[in-house]
This record gives sequence, structure tokens and C-alpha cells, in this order.
Amino acid sequence: MLRYIAKRIGYMFITLFIIVTVTFFLMRSIPGDPLAHMARGLPEQTKANYYAKYGLDQPLYRQYLVYLKNLLQGDLGESVVYPGRQVSETIVTTSPVSAKIGGIALVIGVSIGIFLGIIAALNKNRWPDYIVMFIAILGVTIPVFVLAALFQYFFAVKLGWFPTSGWGERKHMVLPIMVLALGPIATYARYFKSSMLDTLNQDYVLTAYSKGLSRFNVIRRHVLRNSALPSITLLAGRIVGIFTGSFLVERMFSIPGIGFYYISSINNNDYSMILGTTIFYAVLFVVAQLLVDLIYMLVDPRIRVAPEKN
Amino acid sequence: MLPVQNVTKEQFTHIGIEITDAERIGRPRVSYLKDAWRRFRENKIATLALIILSIMIFFVIFGPTISGYNYAHIDGKARNQSPSLEHWFGTDQLGRDLFARVWQGGRISMAIGLIGAFVASFIGCIYGGISAYFGGVVDDIMMRIVEVLISVPYLIVVILLSVILQSSSIWTLILAMTLTGWCGIARIVRGQMLQIKAQEYIMAARALGVRPWKIIVKHMIPNTLGVVLVAITFDIPGYIFSEAFLSFIGLGVQPPNTSWGALASSAQSRFVFYPYQLLFPAMMIALTMLCFTLIGDGLRDALDPRLRK
Repeated sequence: MLRYIAKRIGYMFITLFIIVTVTFFLMRSIPGDPLAHMARGLPEQTKANYYAKYGLDQPLYRQYLVYLKNLLQGDLGESVVYPGRQVSETIVTTSPVSAKIGGIALVIGVSIGIFLGIIAALNKNRWPDYIVMFIAILGVTIPVFVLAALFQYFFAVKLGWFPTSGWGERKHMVLPIMVLALGPIATYARYFKSSMLDTLNQDYVLTAYSKGLSRFNVIRRHVLRNSALPSITLLAGRIVGIFTGSFLVERMFSIPGIGFYYISSINNNDYSMILGTTIFYAVLFVVAQLLVDLIYMLVDPRIRVAPEKN
Repeated sequence: MLPVQNVTKEQFTHIGIEITDAERIGRPRVSYLKDAWRRFRENKIATLALIILSIMIFFVIFGPTISGYNYAHIDGKARNQSPSLEHWFGTDQLGRDLFARVWQGGRISMAIGLIGAFVASFIGCIYGGISAYFGGVVDDIMMRIVEVLISVPYLIVVILLSVILQSSSIWTLILAMTLTGWCGIARIVRGQMLQIKAQEYIMAARALGVRPWKIIVKHMIPNTLGVVLVAITFDIPGYIFSEAFLSFIGLGVQPPNTSWGALASSAQSRFVFYPYQLLFPAMMIALTMLCFTLIGDGLRDALDPRLRK
């Protein structure tokens, strides 16, 4: 088991290294350099100083090595568009905002989703099942930006319950969280239903019934626990979804999260910000995947034993 | 004495049934696709989705012509008009007819969805097929590459590529979306192929001396096709959504061209005053994604012979 974990961590670093390298060279391969747009019209000497400051006068491989060295020290460079704004600092100050709304939305969404999934599975092919599946399909097919606009229209403009956008108070968080929670609700309701139906057909459930356990106890002690296992794998994608899923929502509700800055750095062609944030996302994703796999290993005894054989 | 013993051989007449008749096929043969189609039609929701989608495709093809307006025609006198007999879906802030624009945008959105899904599954099939066919070290290396590619968040790849390629033609978008989009299908195809390879009827075919290429063409490909078809159907809404997402953050389709995502994006800022401008493109995106998802559900049930009742 330890060997397996070590192997996985090794692969994780290889993957990250490849991602960093490819992203770096791709970003540098863009026609024109990051400063061309800003340095236009400056005197020659000033221009040269600027290029020297960002290390752009060096050959490409040197720039890459310097970037790697700084990266290992947690330094992602300085914003090209806003001089003085450190990329790592921006990430550190903005990601908690995203994590907060995304995390709350995830917890709410997963709980409601699992609850709906249980209801649907226990009432298969009856009206509660159809209603839940309808909600689940809507949640998957309605684009986030449409949902956000609809919520803003009804809850903010028409009813005036919550502010349309902004950040700082608790009431600002309600609408974005509602929008972000619908995705997890939909996926978890669908997934949990099918995994629970699977479990209900298992022999050990029949055994539990024939032992004389009440329906409530069978479901609580045997069905729910075993159905929860597969849905853990879904979490990896969802944890990253906390950050990536919020691109649009943060922009539409003007929330100063990391997605908001990522989108604006794309629109500004702020190369160092794009590069830094992309690497941050990739690290997050890869680490989340690893963690979820490890958690899965801890909870599922079948997997804990299996890797030894291979 | 029993009467039977008095029955002589002469009393029997031959009425023309041969022993080989037991082997005769009584009813017309139902091909795999015909059978799948029959089962698909039994699924009412999926059939309804197919009908709605067909209607939408009809409008996407002919809609821009029906409206009588050019989708890029600017009319300063008819700005932000609500839906009326003259402009069925109303007009936008430049006085362009939204009915024409919505269907024109649908062409781009649907084209990206369809082409994206087909290109991705084409690459995925070949990659997965090769990986499964050779197995061993080749399989190991190829699947490791896929793992690395899959471990990068999809939207990040698409955004990054759109930034790097610095152009927003449809083909750039499709390239950006399919670059890692094929990985999922490659995995599915590989898994399916490996599963089929281990099955008894393949062994039987081999034992009967059927040549390898015939096994591939006759057994492996048709049996993988169903899974791929379902995967494509589920992928199309994904591509349509990605395009809408990219256009919404300003990386997608650029004017004068338009797409559902671009229409929704430009309508979003004026949504409070002119909700219909967002409503129509948004409804089209949701409806298309819904239809493809439901059709995918129906296809999955129809194409899998094991689910036959």
C-alpha cells in the first residue's frame, strides 16, 4: 500500500512537471512577447530595462529554468499588466473567497443531491423519482450563466430579496451559492440513485432483510454506507469544480475570487497571471485526484487489498 | 388389441415437410440497427427528444432564410424591439432580427457540437483501438499519456489554447476542445475492446479459423460502435456548452459571426430590461443539451442487446 502511494505521488510530480513545462513554452510561443503591447512607444533604453526586469532578454531555456526555480520557491512572478502585483499573492488572497462560496455550495449541493437520490431510489418509477430525475436533468442541461441570470432577475430585481451582485456581506453569498449548488445536486442525485439501486439488488441486502432487520435499519446500516462509496470518486472533479465552476458565477456576481481574476487576466492578456493561475489549477486538480483516490482506498477494503496483487 | 397396431404404413401420406425445415427462419431477419431502432421508438421520452431536435435542426438550416432578415443587417430604427409579428424573437441593441440571429448562431453551436464530438471520437476510437489491440507495454504507455492529459482540468486546456492560438475561428475552437477531449472516448473504446476480446464468441470465431481482420471488422467494431455512438451523443451537449462558455467569457465566436453562447453573452448585460434577448438563445442551448442527453439515454438502452426485455 505504501509503495502504491509512493508510486502515485511520483506520477503526480511527473504530471505536474509536464503541465508546467508545456504551459510555459506554449505561453511563450504566442506571437509577440508579453511586453510588446505595453512597451510600444517607450524609448529604447526604457524598453530594454523593462525586458531585463522581467528576464525577457535572456534566452528561452534560461527563462524556463529561472521560472522553475522561482516556482519551487512559490514565486510565480509579477503581473505584466499591473506592475507590482505578485501573482502568488493574488492567488493567496483571492482563492479563499472562491473556496468559501464553492465549499459551501459543494456541501449544500452534495447533501441535497444525496437526499434526492435516496428518495428517488426508494420510490423507483413513482412520481418522486420522476420529479427528482427531472430536476437532475435540468441541472445538467441549463447553462450556469442562464441560471445565474434567471436568479438575478427573479430574486434580486423582481423580488428584491438579495442584491444582484457584490461582495462583503452574507446576503451577497446566497444567490451565487444557489447557482453553484445546482450542479452537484444534479450529478449527485443521479449518481446516488443508480448506485443505491445497485446496492439494493445485492445479496447481502436480502440477507439483512431475512435476518429480520427493519427496512429502516437495512437501509441505514447496509445500503447507504455501501452506496456512498462510488460517489466519493465524483468528489475529485467537484473539488476542482469549486474553483473552475465559479469562473462565470464570480464574474456575473462580481465576486473577487480567483476565477474572476483568471477571466480578467485572459481578457487583458496578462501572461504571467494566466500562466501562474493555470499552474495553480493544475496542481489543485492533480492533488485533489490523488487525495480522493487515497480516501477511496481507506474506505473501500476491496481496493486496499487489490493493489498488492498487481 | 390396441387399434394402433392395425394402422398400416400405407395409411400415412407425406405432406411435404422436410427435416431441414426445422432450421428454416420463419420470420424476416431483424438487423441489429433495425432492432435498436424499434427499441428506441418504444422509449417515448427519447423519441420526443428526437422529434424536437429534428424540428430545431430544420430551423437551424432554414430559419435564417424564413425570417426574411439578414442576421447581420443593422436597423437603427428597430432597436431592442420586443417579439412581434414583424420580428418573431424581437431585435437586439443594433436592431438586428433575433429570429435570424438565433438560428444563425445555432448553425455555429450545432456545428461545433457535432464536429467536435465526431473528431474527438474518431481520434479516441483509433487511439483506444490501437492501445487495446497491441496491449502490453504499448497499452501501458498510451494509457499513461491519457492519464496525464486527463489530469489537466478540461476548461483550463480549452481556455489556454484559445488564448495561445489568438484566433477565434470555429476550427480553432474545435481544435482547442478536441485536443484533450478525445481521452474519455479512447478509454471507453479500449475498455470495451478488451472486454470483447476476452469473450467466448471471439474465441469460438478464432477456433473456427476466422481470420483476424474479419474478427475485427465483423465482431470488434460493430460491438464497440454502440458504446461509441452513445458516448458521442453525450459528448455533443458538452461541446455545445464549452462553446457557449468560451463565447460567454469572450474567447469564442467573434462578430459578425454569432453563436448561442455569444448571443447569450451579449444579452446578459441588458437582461433586466430585455429578458427575451437572453431567453431565446438560452432556451435553445438548454433544449439542445436536453434533447441530446435524452436521446443518449434512449440510445444506450436501445443499443445494448443485454438490456433487452
